Amino acid sequence: MLPRPTSHSKALGPGVAGPELAVATSAVQAGPPKASAQQPLSGADSFMVDPHCIADPARQHTQYPYVTGTSVLGIKYKDGVLVACDTLGAYGSTKRYKSVERIKKVNDHVIIAASGELSDFQHIIKLLDELTTDDFRADDGISLGPQEVYAYLCRVMYNRRNKMDPLWNSLIVAGIEPPHAGASAEDVSTSDVTFLGMVGMIGTHYSDSHVTTGFASHLARPLFREAQADDMSEEAAVALMHEALRVCYYRDKQSMNKFQLAKVTKEGVSISEPYALDVQWDFKMFSQPTKWAVGAW
Amino acid sequence: MFRNQYDTDVTTWSPQGRLFQVEYAMEAVKQGSCAVGLVSNTHVVLATLKRAQNDLSSYQRKMFKIDDHMGIAIAGLTADGRVLCKYMRNECINHRFVYEAPMPVGRLVRQVADKHQVCTQRSWKRPFGVGLLVGGYDRSGPHLYNTCPSGNYYEYKAMAIGARSQAAKTYLEKHYESFPTASVEAMVQHGLRALAATLSEGELTKANCAVSIVGRNAPYVVIEDDDVEPYLQMLKAEEDAGDAPMAADEAAAGGEAAAAAEGGAAAGGDAAAGGDAAGEAAAPMETE
Repeated sequence: MLPRPTSHSKALGPGVAGPELAVATSAVQAGPPKASAQQPLSGADSFMVDPHCIADPARQHTQYPYVTGTSVLGIKYKDGVLVACDTLGAYGSTKRYKSVERIKKVNDHVIIAASGELSDFQHIIKLLDELTTDDFRADDGISLGPQEVYAYLCRVMYNRRNKMDPLWNSLIVAGIEPPHAGASAEDVSTSDVTFLGMVGMIGTHYSDSHVTTGFASHLARPLFREAQADDMSEEAAVALMHEALRVCYYRDKQSMNKFQLAKVTKEGVSISEPYALDVQWDFKMFSQPTKWAVGAW
Repeated sequence: MFRNQYDTDVTTWSPQGRLFQVEYAMEAVKQGSCAVGLVSNTHVVLATLKRAQNDLSSYQRKMFKIDDHMGIAIAGLTADGRVLCKYMRNECINHRFVYEAPMPVGRLVRQVADKHQVCTQRSWKRPFGVGLLVGGYDRSGPHLYNTCPSGNYYEYKAMAIGARSQAAKTYLEKHYESFPTASVEAMVQHGLRALAATLSEGELTKANCAVSIVGRNAPYVVIEDDDVEPYLQMLKAEEDAGDAPMAADEAAAGGEAAAAAEGGAAAGGDAAAGGDAAGEAAAPMETE
């Protein structure tokens, strides 16, 4: 493998310098480049097509994910939304990183969870941190709602897809719209303001009462279609979620029995500590397969 | 304001710590015709006086829609105002594209004020010669801001800028405590009365004034020409009835209905006192 060019100073010699990371300010420019939704400071390069990639056919953009998370599940219930997933970062078939937090809090109204390439998820967290820092600096009591985070991420994912360099994630955005001025939280019914949406790696997106990514779309979605209702109680919602997580753990080889459950209600966000579900592997046919198999010797 | 040796460049301070060019730019705002803004708990109303250069030309527009939830009224150099209007519209539409939500008013005003400030600190630029009244409604409620060429901006409960705006401000200072719970119609009446106070000659007609309203569940809408005529009629009716404007302000909610009643009572009293003139003055009230 040829050494990849780095971003050291061009003064060190030809072929050493990489893309410019620092943008020189000139007398004509009003100031240093400001972060904005259209061009965040972190990963500004990812919004621009790397000219070296165009020039050099040997350099390629993301083609495969390396460290991945598996399914994420989300449902609405009476008081808000529940999102759950396991804490595994798989390296191919190897269950390599067993304490990965795949659900993150964005602010007091919004959480985000991801399956797919975990380094890309970390980059997305950084982008969202820039937005929440802007909100903090504006200091005007206005913070991002889930619908806005969802729309922003749709644009990010679609833009990356257009550059043939996707962020290899399926994202779930969940939360409760912050209340309007003059209306207290009790005025508005919860079902009007809860939000649950999914954004895929090429910018496909939808919002619904229950969303899933990865294997859960096949395994858990039918259970949600049967049993989920927007006004279900918290106990029923948690029980349904555990039922779905168990199915995903039994049937998905790249999963593990260590889950986090996150909840967003009008009171705020809470993400649980990891916990295990009781599962059953002592079926007769499992423990003594040859004894019960037809035609076994 | 008189010429002195420190007022040639915007980048030259005076010994008293003043930037004269910026202050001269603020004078340009005072040359424009009056614009008035007021806020209630749910709506923002802007009212402007339109000037016509001569009988052949049209009246100069001073109110511009920025987005469904925001509009501005300008006073000063119209060309500078147009540039800022285009900038604000661009920011709002970009925000809507990325976030699918309306842009918070205060944040856009801060960006506009930063743009103003840049022009006060570059030797090759000149300050903007326009003041904006920005009225908008976002998640944190209705807001009214005033930007000025110095780069400062303030939020107001009610404000007037432009020529003879002091008369409008005096009227607003007298009545602003009733604005938070006032109805939209009452707000429009207050705005028009404040505007009328700034007229040096002539009176408000449907051709020379315009009103805009924006608020909760009320996308930005401009009321001018024939649409503003009913409000002017109400204004005229109250004036004809004599002490109706003062009575209206004491009314609890929704000024004009109570004003009509009390104005009618006053007119009735005049008619009872006798005299055809009083009877004719009462007629407009009765037909209302």
